[in-house]
This record gives sequence, structure tokens and C-alpha cells, in this order.
Amino acid sequence: MATPFLSIEGVRRVFGSGAGEVVALDGVSLQVARGECLAVVGESGSGKTTLANLILGIYPPSAGRIMLDGAELPARRRIEHRRAIQLVQQNPLSALNPRRSVGASLRLALDVHAIGPRAGRDAHVRRLLEEVGLPGEFARRAPAALSGGQRQRVAIARALACEAPLLVLDEPTSALDVLVQARVLRLLDDLRRQRGLTYVFITHDLSVVRNVADRVAVFERGRLLETGPVAQLFAAPAHAYTRSLIAAVPVVTPEEDALRARIAQGGPAS
Amino acid sequence: MKRTLVILLRNPLSAFGVLLVATVVLSALLADVIVPFPEHRGAVVDFANFNQPPSAQHPMGTDLVGRDLFSRIVYAYRISLLLGVVVLAIAVPIGVTVGLVAGYLGGRVEYVLMRLTDVFLSIPPLVLAMSIMGVLEPTLINGMLAVTAMWWPWYARLVYNLTRAEREEGYVLAAEVLGAGRVWVMFREILPNCVPSIVTKMTLDLGFVILIASSLSFLGLGVQPPTPDLGSMVADGATYLPDSWWLTVFPGLAILLAVFGFNLVGDALREILGADQ
Repeated sequence: MATPFLSIEGVRRVFGSGAGEVVALDGVSLQVARGECLAVVGESGSGKTTLANLILGIYPPSAGRIMLDGAELPARRRIEHRRAIQLVQQNPLSALNPRRSVGASLRLALDVHAIGPRAGRDAHVRRLLEEVGLPGEFARRAPAALSGGQRQRVAIARALACEAPLLVLDEPTSALDVLVQARVLRLLDDLRRQRGLTYVFITHDLSVVRNVADRVAVFERGRLLETGPVAQLFAAPAHAYTRSLIAAVPVVTPEEDALRARIAQGGPAS
Repeated sequence: MKRTLVILLRNPLSAFGVLLVATVVLSALLADVIVPFPEHRGAVVDFANFNQPPSAQHPMGTDLVGRDLFSRIVYAYRISLLLGVVVLAIAVPIGVTVGLVAGYLGGRVEYVLMRLTDVFLSIPPLVLAMSIMGVLEPTLINGMLAVTAMWWPWYARLVYNLTRAEREEGYVLAAEVLGAGRVWVMFREILPNCVPSIVTKMTLDLGFVILIASSLSFLGLGVQPPTPDLGSMVADGATYLPDSWWLTVFPGLAILLAVFGFNLVGDALREILGADQ
């Protein structure tokens, strides 16, 4: 890798102090190339969300530094840093302000970063909605009138609105139905290819990893256990913890596959 | 808004509340038209008719200097409502801003603002208002000032708690990540989600402000004569109970109906707007 797009160097983050001190992340270094999708996996409490918040600049690292495109990101992010890194959250129900229309939530991104002429922003909002596969007239609706999957699409449109090259996806599909999950993943994958976006994709679902990620970083209790290309990690996991994560994925055996086919045709299950 | 009104009117109890509130507000607004003796709101003396029981000419009787009680009560509503509206118009923006800033920014700002609020909340409201009125001249303006000083901390506490909860919502994080300013996040993202609770509390409080203002003037610390005031009317008549019952019963009933009406509407709004705090 020549110059990594996102580079995390020796990052440590501690919460609290004294006896209540909790080390959420310790000695984490990793790189993400431009256009790459890095999956970050691990159980809850492994430091995945802390990593996301550090990249987004919600709070600064206790030690170490985070570089974007060769320049260090300061603890207090400037507006251009905000524009460069966007977030899609796990829970689509709370990600949109219930008191504002979908269009108003999207317009905020355009207004904050002064994107396009003021008069054209409402049309821009409709275009953004269409880009994520929603009708433009959804702009006038309240978030409550949208399904979970539709809201997640709006949240993705908001992340795209300020043309951020780097998206942090914090379990973007784990709160959705299985069918909707697949479609949202597909959308994210297409957008990445079309726009050359870079993803930090936080998830605990290894089947998602296999479908969309290029590389995987495995976290356990605040430490980075191993990183590697998806295929390599699945074929030859170096750590016992990674092996146990992979083993926990429900695998479809040929017998089971045949069983599912019979059920789908309405035959007896046994 | 329209939907809220429809639901309000469908429930008999809250419909009764709306009726009471509408009666109080309309009579205050239209006082000059509906009142038989508009000039009796001031310093008028009619000793020929003093302390008369209710009659056809004076439906609620006359007071100790012969003024029509009904006319004075309607004008007193006007003063009470004006007081309530002005007090809330000053206290609510102050309290809301303090609560939003303390709840959203946290840290030292939160500590200073909320301890200040606690100091105000720890003094019994009537005692605080009485001590302010004791230092200042007992005029209508100072009365409003005193009641305002004791009212804003309740809104600060309410909005502080709401803000603390809203701050954890994803849409606040999203706005911050987008780069929206603090003022925007507080007033445009968080505040709209607090409005139902604030409106509900304001409706309830209009009744309570009227009650507190009446209590103050009952003690001789509020609106001064000859301006009609429900609290001082009750106080003036109390000496003549039970013989001249109309002197206290009608102003007292007027206070009761206004406070009861605002409470019924406020309680109903709390359920409709889902602002259970």
C-alpha cells in the first residue's frame, strides 16, 4: 500500500480515570486503502464502536494519531474534516429527527457545507433520494411514515450528501429484516464501486463480511488481533478467537440445502 | 394542531376544560363588551348600592363600595391572564435556554447552571416571590418579575432532563458528524422534540400562575387597588363571611374555574402529545 487513505497509528483510548479506568482501545494500528472496504469485527465490548467514534472525531484518542490522506486529523475537527468522514448508524429509528421531514434532514448536510446553489438544494435532495432507490417525493414525509429499510436508505443518502469519500458504517444492517438487509448491502456495495468510496464497515455478522468486505480486522477486548484479506482470514485464521467467530457462523451444508429446497417446494420437512 | 383539538373535544372531561378555558379567555378579551358596568373596574364609588347580594342588576352582587362584582371579576381575569402570559413569555425562554445549554454542553457549564437552578428550586416559590415583593414596590410589573423569578427554574429542569435524553439519540450524533453547529443542534434538532412537553407544562402553569398571583395579592403583595384582582377580592371579602358570602365566593369560584380549566386541558394535552415527563 503506497499512502493509505486512512491510517490509524498506535491509537489508545481510555475512559474514566483512577479505579474506574477502562481501556477501550489499546495499541491499534491499521490502514485502509482508498476505495477499500475494511470490515471491523468483534463481539460487543471489543472496541469497534470506540474505533468508529475516534475516526469520526466524536472524541479524541488518548494516545496515537489518526491520519486521513496523509494529514493528521486534529482532536477538534474542522468543517472540512466533517465533510470528509460520514456515518451510517445502526438504528435507523433514531438516526432521523422525528420532528423534521426527511428532506429537511438531508438538506442540513447541503446547507452546513454550502453544497450547490441555495435554490437548487431541494432538487438536489430529491436526486439524493433517487440515488438510494427512494422516490423523490419522500422528501416531504416524516421519518415515522418510512419503514426501517427506507429510513436506512435516507441515512445513507445523508452520508452521501456531502460527498464524503470515507464512510463509517456502524452495523448498518443489523437492525433490519433479512430481506431488507440484503438490499441495503447491495446498495452500499454498488455506491462504493460507482463512487470509489472507502468504507470502515463495523459488524458482528461474518456472513455480511464475506459478501461486501475486502479485508477484515478482528478486535477482541480493545486489541486488534489480526487483519487480512477476507478469503485468507476465512481460510486460515491465525487466532483461536477468529476461528471461534468463524465457527459461530451458521453454515449451510448440502443436506441442509436440500432440506430447504424441499420446504420451499412445500414438501415434508423430514 | 387540528387533530389535537378534535381529540380534546371528543373526551367529555377535556372538552369541559376547553369550554372553561375558552370562557375565561373570551371574557377577558371581550370584557368591555360583555360587562354591565365597565367603569367599575376603576376607583368608582356608589354608596347607594354597596354590599348588595346578587340581583338581576348585579348578578354577583356588589362590593363594599358598591361596584358590580361580575364586572370586576371579568376585568380581573384580564389582569390575571395578562400576568400569566407575560410571566410565561419571559420565564419559558430563559428556562428553556438554560436547560438546553446545560443538558447539551454538560461539564462545567452544566454544573454551574443546574446548581443555580437548584438554588432557586430549593426556596419555596411563594416565599421567594414574597421576599422579592417585600423589597420592591408592590406593583403589577414587580409582581410579574417576582413570579417570573420563581418560574423559570422549573422549565430549566424540565428541558435539561429532556435534553439529556435527546442527546443520546442518533439524529443528534448525525447532525454533529455532519458538522452542524452547537446552536443549531440545540435549537433546531433537540428543541423541537421538547416542544410537546413544554406546551403541556405551559398550559398547566397558566392556571398555577393565576393561582400564585392571586395568593400574592391575597396577602396584599400583588396587584394594588383599584385594579381588580381575584386574590385581593377574596381577601377583602373574607372579613364579611358568612353574611356577605358573595364577596368571597364569586371571586374564589372564578379562580377555581380558571385553574381547573387549564389543568384539565393541560392533562389532556399531556396524554395526546405523549409528553409524559
